[in-house]
Amino acid sequence: MNETVLVLTLAAAVSAGTPLALAALGALLSERAGVLNLGIEGIMLVGAVTAFLAADASGRPLVGLAAGVLAGAAFTSLHAFLSVTMRANQIVSGLALVIFGTGIATFLGQSIEGRPLAARLPRTSIVGLADIPVLGRVLFSQDVVVYGTWVVIVLAALYLTRTRTGLALRSVGESPATADAVGIRVAAMRYAHVIIGGGFAGAGGAYVILARVPAWAQAGTTNGIGWIAIALVVFASWRPLRALAGAYLFGAALRANFALQAAGITAVPAEFLAMLPYVLTIVVLMVLSATDTRSRLGAPAALGAPFVRDER
Amino acid sequence: MKLRRSLLPLVVAALIAAACGGEDPAAPVGDETDDPAAAEETDGTEDGEADAEADGTEPEGDDDVLRVAFVYVGPVGDAGWTFRHDVGRQDLEDALGDRVETTFLENVPEGAESERVFEDLARQGNDLIFGTSFGYGDQMVAVSEQYPDVVFEHATGYQTTDNLGTYFGAVEESRYLEGMAAGAATESNQIGYVAAFPIPEVVRGINAYTLGAREVNPDATVQVIWTSTWYDPEVEGQAAESLLDAGADVIGMHQDSPAPGQAAEAADAYWTGYHSDMEEFAPNAWLTASVWDWGPYYISTAESVLDGSWESREYYGDMADGIFDVAPFGPSVADETQSEIEARRQEILAGDFAPFTGPIADQDGDERVADGESMDLGALLSFDWFVEGVVGQIE
Repeated sequence: MNETVLVLTLAAAVSAGTPLALAALGALLSERAGVLNLGIEGIMLVGAVTAFLAADASGRPLVGLAAGVLAGAAFTSLHAFLSVTMRANQIVSGLALVIFGTGIATFLGQSIEGRPLAARLPRTSIVGLADIPVLGRVLFSQDVVVYGTWVVIVLAALYLTRTRTGLALRSVGESPATADAVGIRVAAMRYAHVIIGGGFAGAGGAYVILARVPAWAQAGTTNGIGWIAIALVVFASWRPLRALAGAYLFGAALRANFALQAAGITAVPAEFLAMLPYVLTIVVLMVLSATDTRSRLGAPAALGAPFVRDER
Repeated sequence: MKLRRSLLPLVVAALIAAACGGEDPAAPVGDETDDPAAAEETDGTEDGEADAEADGTEPEGDDDVLRVAFVYVGPVGDAGWTFRHDVGRQDLEDALGDRVETTFLENVPEGAESERVFEDLARQGNDLIFGTSFGYGDQMVAVSEQYPDVVFEHATGYQTTDNLGTYFGAVEESRYLEGMAAGAATESNQIGYVAAFPIPEVVRGINAYTLGAREVNPDATVQVIWTSTWYDPEVEGQAAESLLDAGADVIGMHQDSPAPGQAAEAADAYWTGYHSDMEEFAPNAWLTASVWDWGPYYISTAESVLDGSWESREYYGDMADGIFDVAPFGPSVADETQSEIEARRQEILAGDFAPFTGPIADQDGDERVADGESMDLGALLSFDWFVEGVVGQIE
């Protein structure tokens, strides 16, 4: 593999990792508030189909992105209601969101099946930076959503560690009873972060349709990356910057299969490489479900547990 | 209390899903459309309900109407393989009107899971069932033996029973013509080919494509990448990008989505598609494609079942039958290339030219087909080696 191919492969990994990073950030915010959201895949599909419809109608990809964010947030409010107000089992509610989201997105997408989207995100090189050898091509010759993702990831990291509200959020995720005792409105915090998280997942779905795939393809549009995003949160120990790095790593794993084949390296079977991101996902999800390893990894202590004031 | 709470979301979701399904009386296939997606995700409750519902509302004993079901591996909106089959289904409805009633199921996974789908369709009283993906083969054989009164037709398959026939077309003829367009278009002499699985059907196409490319450009090579999927736009696009990164300037494909073409368009390269005319997805990159036209076959098969003349057979149609052809050329195909291709096309239609006519050498340069000889159908259907000029391996 010569150097150019390597550079191009890395650049592709950044683009492929972007929807993962956005969706993982959404899941992360929700989980930091103590609410597990397994519905990411369904939310992404809702975001994707809405983004297509809005971008198609307006002719502007960024309008599509905004619509995807809003649709994702609105759709996720259902999960917030069920898991916070109704105190339902978050795993069941999240899975219901996947099924429902897939169904409703398929329904909404009937009119756009098999049609190309003209209003796609253009590549926008950053003047000056794009001319840096290697890094310029890998990082600074992408589209605005890639750059925007860096901004929101950094802001989210600062928010969690450097702000009062971020501290309050973490305490809601670790010990809602304590947070409640010091006057933090637990339910409001959870609602806000689950819904905002849904907006990010919607953005991830929107990015898939606006930049990655040629047409609306029902569940095949996101094809399981919502699940990878959930695993990524654990992989990243609930930290936004690590989630971004992990997303690019997953993006590279996705691409490695073909880059190696194109370079004529066939020592590893293609099927094995195609499987890698999913194997990684399963391993990480297994870790997530084992409680003792969870705390060691830095999972919010109250993750998945509904908060009931009376039972304090 | 806790248990009941935990069930609430599922109930809510089921209710909403049911409401959505009911909202769409205009689309008679709406329920089927949602069903496989749900089946994939839940593999349980919702699907069972839908089946029960379908059983209950069945108009029993309506013998005048031929009930025809189609099982698709992808969504009808894939713009490719499944889309073309569904166009064929609509042609069938248009042609036979009240005499047929069609339904379809999308996104049905290949392999073991499909058996239940075929069994359900047979039990629900369908008279003729088309399965349109290679990986349904074993399951269709099993179900056809269980339901001897139902006629099964398996596209791209190789196994038949008394009531299971197979159908496909010698698309290598138009693949050869596609390859000529690709060979004329390439400047780097590197053509990339995004391919699904290393099975004879795909290998045959790659070989014909390569022979065509090298007829007009003896220096051209065709590099193959396997994706291990028929339909996954993200993966198909990434595979095409990798080939372009490695220096290819024309992309060919044996995939179901237009994603490889979009990758070619973005890289200012050229593209030959497959299944349908996908020009609108990548107008600058577009050269041509092999496109299927299943309608006539579906109509004649349904008619033969209606009049009782249907017999199990292995149908392998050719371009003269009209089951496939090359798509209209894009503007970037030079006039002389177009007339060269058209001349070959006429020879194929007249039966004067077969793509796999010797001398043909394999990747090692050893002659496999002698000068003037043509490969027979059996050899074509079990193709397991690449011709000279293909870069890549059959794993």
